[in-house]
Amino acid sequence: MARTIETVAEELRAPSPAAILRKRVFGHYGLVFGIAVLAVIVLIALLAPLLAGHDPYAQDLVARMKPPFWMEGSDPEHLLGTDHLGRDYLARLLYGARISLSIGLFAALISGLIGTAMGVAAGYFGGRVDLVVTFLINVRLAMPVVLVALAVVAILGGSLQVVVCVLGLLLWDRFAVVMRSSVLQVRDLEYVNAAKAIGCSTRRIILLEIMPNVVNNLIVVVTLEMAHAILLEAALSFLGLGVQPPTPSWGLMISEGKQMMLFEPWLIAIPGVALFVLVLAINLLGDGLRDVTAPENRG
Amino acid sequence: MTTEPILKVENLTIDVPMAQGTLHAVRGIDFELRRGETLCIVGESGSGKSLTSLALMGLLPKKMRCKAAGLDFSGIDLQRQTPKAMRALRGDRMAMIFQEPMTSLNPAYTIGDQLMEALLLHRPVSKAEARARAIELLGKVGITAAESRLGQYPHQLSGGLRQRVMIAMALMCEPELIIADEPTTALDVTIQAQILRLLADLQREMNMAMILVTHDLGVVARIADKVVVMYAGEVVENGSAREIFENPRHPYTRGLLRCIPVPGKTKPGEHLGSIPGIVPSLIGKVEGCAFRSRCEVAEDACSSPVPVRRPGTDHAYRCIHDIPEGASA
Amino acid sequence: MLIFTLKRLGLAVLVTLTVSLLSFSLLFMSGDPASAIAGENANATDIEAIRVLYGFDRPFMVQYVDWLTGALAGDFGQSYYFKLPVSTLIADRLSTTMLLGVCGISFALVTAIPLGVLAAMRPNSLIDRGALFLSVMGQAMPSFWFGLVLIVIFSIQLGWLPPSGSSSWKHFIMPTIVLGYYAMPAIMRLTRAGMLEVLNADYIRTARAKGASETRVMFKHALRNAVVPVVSLAAVQMGFMLGGSIVVESIFALHGAGYLAWESISRNDLPTVQALILIFSCFYIVFTFLSDLANAWLDPRIRVG
Repeated sequence: MARTIETVAEELRAPSPAAILRKRVFGHYGLVFGIAVLAVIVLIALLAPLLAGHDPYAQDLVARMKPPFWMEGSDPEHLLGTDHLGRDYLARLLYGARISLSIGLFAALISGLIGTAMGVAAGYFGGRVDLVVTFLINVRLAMPVVLVALAVVAILGGSLQVVVCVLGLLLWDRFAVVMRSSVLQVRDLEYVNAAKAIGCSTRRIILLEIMPNVVNNLIVVVTLEMAHAILLEAALSFLGLGVQPPTPSWGLMISEGKQMMLFEPWLIAIPGVALFVLVLAINLLGDGLRDVTAPENRG
Repeated sequence: MTTEPILKVENLTIDVPMAQGTLHAVRGIDFELRRGETLCIVGESGSGKSLTSLALMGLLPKKMRCKAAGLDFSGIDLQRQTPKAMRALRGDRMAMIFQEPMTSLNPAYTIGDQLMEALLLHRPVSKAEARARAIELLGKVGITAAESRLGQYPHQLSGGLRQRVMIAMALMCEPELIIADEPTTALDVTIQAQILRLLADLQREMNMAMILVTHDLGVVARIADKVVVMYAGEVVENGSAREIFENPRHPYTRGLLRCIPVPGKTKPGEHLGSIPGIVPSLIGKVEGCAFRSRCEVAEDACSSPVPVRRPGTDHAYRCIHDIPEGASA
Repeated sequence: MLIFTLKRLGLAVLVTLTVSLLSFSLLFMSGDPASAIAGENANATDIEAIRVLYGFDRPFMVQYVDWLTGALAGDFGQSYYFKLPVSTLIADRLSTTMLLGVCGISFALVTAIPLGVLAAMRPNSLIDRGALFLSVMGQAMPSFWFGLVLIVIFSIQLGWLPPSGSSSWKHFIMPTIVLGYYAMPAIMRLTRAGMLEVLNADYIRTARAKGASETRVMFKHALRNAVVPVVSLAAVQMGFMLGGSIVVESIFALHGAGYLAWESISRNDLPTVQALILIFSCFYIVFTFLSDLANAWLDPRIRVG
């Protein structure tokens, strides 16, 4: 009887917030929405030269501050208008997708490699390795990310590569935390012990027995950290200490538009919405993946 | 015992809406109980025993639907009570003891806080009086050094002690009806016997009506006045404990009784009975005898509605066969 | 409890030391700090003089220990740019940032916990969906952009609130919302998840069986247990917020420590930057230390042996 109550309770128990969100707000389509929007943005980034129709760096001081298409006096040549230097806003927006996506992708790649290595080592070997890794995670969490990233980028100079490396070297904490606890959960399971018993090498056990069972958590963290890195890059560039002009970074576009937001709020609205939509898509993708790959939904 | 029953349950039904359809977890339960009596509800896991007891307390999860032709507790129609009136009854005139003593106490508060809360919620007493009552009851349930226990937290007590605390908590307001839902399942065997004896003694001493939910027929034999045997959400047989143990009629009851060894009767090495098969799904429309898939004497007619047969005034069973006394099923 | 406290304190001290070493070594990341201070036009003799003046010619560890002992006594050296002691500079600005941080976390807690509780009480209700929608939006919204949008709406369009400065409480409304909104989604989700889990616990059923009212069940029996992890999260978020104040303060031109950090980074004023990194880290370390103690105190399983 107790079991029935439990199963019934299980049935009644509300699923994770993300699951509810997916089911209720977007009617099951959160994941689909995330993937679709992200795919569109990736395509835009790849095809930017074909779609833009303008050079994002080309200045035209005669055609400065043209309003976007929904406002009066817009120029069909420049659908989203032009900025204070007369550069085509649409072209800068499209090329900006490249910056944000590559920042997200590469920063998550670097931090993912560092964090996963640390987390897996800590979880699998335990003992002193675990102590050291846990300590490093504590140190890393204690450092204010924005401040350290700003300072280091300022010292080394704000190029795309520097920003990617700095963010990659700073954002590994969540990878380490999540991988450590995931590995701890599977480390002592029967099939891992079985692999040990038949004499598999440690490398083989980690790569073939453990990793496949924690990779779903890894993917979720990848999406989270991509979103995190994209937001941080935008913030750094907004503060004038990230990617440097004239690179078309969305954060930088908002920063440049800020001077004129009093009269032309669309200058900050357009790149802001772009940033918001991209991060939203990545988050929905991550939440969706977490639900789909959650162990109880498998099989 | 000619007094009015304190609890009358007529045709109680509990439905659970699930993704795959409605689960008819409990169907048509009837029984009644007087003060001073112990009623045992017996059945295997999933037979609806716990849901039935939660329904009496008004503690079913919101999504479950419960209805009955009559649900009467000392003249009060439990189905008509407002949530507030039900709260006033719960813990005061009717109390419940749960299966899991390890998790049934709030880890954030002391034993004393939780015991006193049970009294303070229902009686206009001072904290000092509540405290005195808590100490008295801890003594009653056999906890030594009761006073010092009041300041302890649940995690500092063993499972057996926690269950004693749960019992003390249920008795704080001297309820007329106490429902114990498998109170010993989670405990060690040696502790089980102590807790049951304690419950039986207290029940007699305080002249309460007790419902004991269990799957352990050995327990039932010792303390029950009345027995309700449930299978897959239905009462298959009920009656006085004597009748059920001496003259079981329903094939399921007989099967259950064959499963327990009897000292002196069961020969060493003899094969104990078992009932093959699994409980049918109760999702969707349930018709006929739920036990027929596992019954040795089942026939086609078992899938049509089953009559209730009454071999005596205090004995009833549900079967298409008129099974004579003592005949092997 | 004492052993737990001591262990935790030891860890805090070790983390602080490591962070201090890291923030100190920032100075040498750019290569030669002396030539950086001297500027582009300086000749070799000038640079050498500066090197000796600032003590850059000594071994790294000696400089570090020197700096750390100074820092422990509250002396972080001279600011290159402001030509003032770093400690004076920071002391002037810290109160604004602290005030902002306290307002921000309070705003986040006051909105997120009730929302989380309400959402958990009625899963899938309108409140629940609304709260989840808000949290997903919040996570995707860049805080600096959110700040600018607020300025456009409330200062420029409606003219209700001042866009920048810190002279009255009105100046703190928008910064508080921006900073708090950043911490809200996580706190709300954790409260909701914790409440949902706790509400399924057996002891909640026990409380109901005692005849406790729904409010009592929610707040006395459930929230007390669900709030334990929220305390830790709030401490962590508070630490992050102080670090994040740099963005918010620069948008609203609030002259706090975050604004100072931005100024000093833009001007390559490393002693100030180092000190600020160390101080912000210390805040985080102290907050998490206190929250661990609070947790232990809230959870009798840790508090009582």
